[in-house]
Amino acid sequence: MSVDVSGGLTPVRERLPNGATVLVQRTGFSPAVTIGLAFRAGSLYEPDALPGLAWFAGRVIDRGTASRDADAIADGLDDRGVALKVTTNRHLTTLSCTCLSEDFDHVLEVLADVAMQPVFPPDQIEKRRAETITAIRQDQDNPGVRAAEALQDLLYRDGHPYGRPAKGTVSSVERITRDDLVAHHAARFTPSTLTAVVVGDVSDVRTIERIGSAFDKWSARPSPDRDVPAVPPVRPRRITIEMPDKPQSDIAYGFTSISRLDPGYCAHWMMNTVLGQFGLGGRLAENIRERQGMAYYAFSSFDPSLGPGPLVIRAGVDPANVDRALEAIDAEVGGLGREGITEREFAETRQYLVGSIPRMLENNAGIAVFLQSVEFFGLGLDYDRRLPDLLRAVTIDEVNAAAAAVLVPARACAAVAGPAGGPR
Amino acid sequence: MGTVHTAHLDNGLKLLVKELHTAPLVSVWCWYRVGSGDEQPGCTGVSHWVEHMNFKGTVNIPRDEMKGIVERFGGSWNGYTWIDQTTYLETAGKDALDTLLFIEAERMANGVYDPAECESERTVIMSELQGGENDPDQLLDTEVTASAFRAHPYRHPTIGWIDDLRSMTRDDLYGHYRRHYVPANATLVVVGDVDAEAVLRQAEKHFGGLPPGEPTRRRRPAEPKQLGERRVLIEREGTTAYLKFAWHAPAAADADFFPMLVLDAGLTGAKGLNLWSSFRGAPPQRTARLYTALVERGLASAVSGALLATSEPFLYTVSLTVTEGVSLTRVEEAATAEIDRVRARGLTEAEVDRAKRQLRARLVFENDSVTNVAHQLGYFETVVGPGYFDEIGSRLAAVTAAQVAEVAGRRLAPEVRTVGAFRPLERRA
Repeated sequence: MSVDVSGGLTPVRERLPNGATVLVQRTGFSPAVTIGLAFRAGSLYEPDALPGLAWFAGRVIDRGTASRDADAIADGLDDRGVALKVTTNRHLTTLSCTCLSEDFDHVLEVLADVAMQPVFPPDQIEKRRAETITAIRQDQDNPGVRAAEALQDLLYRDGHPYGRPAKGTVSSVERITRDDLVAHHAARFTPSTLTAVVVGDVSDVRTIERIGSAFDKWSARPSPDRDVPAVPPVRPRRITIEMPDKPQSDIAYGFTSISRLDPGYCAHWMMNTVLGQFGLGGRLAENIRERQGMAYYAFSSFDPSLGPGPLVIRAGVDPANVDRALEAIDAEVGGLGREGITEREFAETRQYLVGSIPRMLENNAGIAVFLQSVEFFGLGLDYDRRLPDLLRAVTIDEVNAAAAAVLVPARACAAVAGPAGGPR
Repeated sequence: MGTVHTAHLDNGLKLLVKELHTAPLVSVWCWYRVGSGDEQPGCTGVSHWVEHMNFKGTVNIPRDEMKGIVERFGGSWNGYTWIDQTTYLETAGKDALDTLLFIEAERMANGVYDPAECESERTVIMSELQGGENDPDQLLDTEVTASAFRAHPYRHPTIGWIDDLRSMTRDDLYGHYRRHYVPANATLVVVGDVDAEAVLRQAEKHFGGLPPGEPTRRRRPAEPKQLGERRVLIEREGTTAYLKFAWHAPAAADADFFPMLVLDAGLTGAKGLNLWSSFRGAPPQRTARLYTALVERGLASAVSGALLATSEPFLYTVSLTVTEGVSLTRVEEAATAEIDRVRARGLTEAEVDRAKRQLRARLVFENDSVTNVAHQLGYFETVVGPGYFDEIGSRLAAVTAAQVAEVAGRRLAPEVRTVGAFRPLERRA
């Protein structure tokens, strides 16, 4: 039966007796279901001395449980065309996949088993360690990753968890033991840290029952949450990472901004859209790509975070054009910060963001990501329907105040990775 | 798949319309049967450059108004070029339909190709090329593809060779645009919360007056039979070694295509057939032969396979990232040994059944949105031809283990493969 969500989402939310949260949204896009099990187990929660632990736990968590070995898990998912993805960001580790509706019960059972009782087999730890070290070495050869990670380190200095590379370092990953993984799992993978989101061609009542029974014997104690540490004041710096053999330089330029929970979030969102999102990449792409022909990509992004998230500008340019590109970024950032946006930009951006909400919810995976965010930041189950009014309530003065507060070139940090030609 | 309404305007423009009322959205794709496989030496990359130019304003949509025209409806827009096709898309609120058809009609007939804009875009595309070359695996892919083909134009990268990007002129671009961007060479696909009859009327309004033009005449030289293994070794600064195998693949319409697709699923996991969305994440591959033989044994940190539906025989590639501390030779030997086992004995019945189940599921997953459904309808219509998309399920179901074994033995022979390696050199201090 087709279920229309064109009038807005109608998710059902349930808190299980053990403290886990479940959200189910029925849709009729296709005979398939997207499942996302998100745990508050991101890099914020790893010991400061062991960066990469959360990410590494995500590599090994699905390689053996108390009741299934790695082959049995692989068989159970591969047989049904299901690729389990485990992602780790600052706050969350999420196990997600899409399966056929007819396979939902089986796949949920495997995912619940993986989440609740992984055993972290020693041979699997060593294989995944070698893979992770290879991935870190690949990152070390990638100017885009090098620039982005260096910028995070500049913005969130003195060991702040937001400043760490998600995968950790070769030496930190070499130090991770099975005991570390077991302890991380015990501390962070508990019912109270879990939000299970299911979106697709399923009945909401039955799905909640199934999730309830999949997790009902799990009664681990609630995990204490960890506040995001205060972010030390940024010391503006611009650095160069020499990668002499690369044809192109990557620029990462940015600021610390605000929390997703800040009442000014929508104004900042609109400001960032004008700066580096609208069309090909806002004012930045208009200048760097369209007017000056210097880059294939130039844009800004604004990550929603519990603490003050980063606002990051990225561009990939010919090494000879690095200085010109940085000057262009300074000019656009400074111009927007000082003079604000135009009435036309304001109207277009508001119309665009309001109009883009149905597109964010175009398929099951998009809705699942949206609902996880709604739950994580406590935005409310009717958020997709309230969001247009929240955007319409923002004034141009609020957008300009957001720009003035954040977009000050003298306060920016920047990292350039590539051949010589960066800032001198 | 439900009903797809098919129609032809008098000028030859083909329309495919599908009503999908699951979200208040419409996705419009305009497909041209021209890609980098239709380019001549000296003008490689022209199709892709023309694609870029077609976002830079038309007679009736000034350059400054291009930005914002789709966004007004909350929409996103994009385009891509590959070996057989060039396509443009917008997905936006359903009220945008008339505007989106107007944009595509303008793009087809009224591109401006301002000389200064052509020059500005030259360096943007060179930047795109250089960005790709930052990635050693992509660099290797370009070299392996060029080595695997001697004569067929699939040999050059879609983005073009750098010297051609330096030398092509505005007239080269405009000439390509005028030759190929005509109704008789295009398919317009509309999927979403629309009324099919109304779409046909609106399409007639926007496109009906355009002169038909001619379909692209393909003059692609046949690729001579490969007589021996070819090898490419790139040694450059880097941190990680990569290995790539390429064999000549069947075209989509070839009887070998679906057995080969099942074979790839057995070797590296099933991806599906949606070039737009199915190749972005890892496939279900933990039981796949090359994953268990290489990744599970710690020799490679990643393996992937790529078989795409193409008009003429392209390549089947297997790509490996070598685990830190393992030699390229060891990875090549282990991969070759496993491929030889499959060549000698095929996949088991159970493996073939699993691969087919995986592919059936992936075909559902990759048609989960108006954008994806529209892509798939237009892709197969343009690249392979009418009717093919509807037959994918039955063609897949008909594949047997014997067919898979036969194509493995014949098509994955070492004498017809190209092997590429990227060996990292230590970075200079």
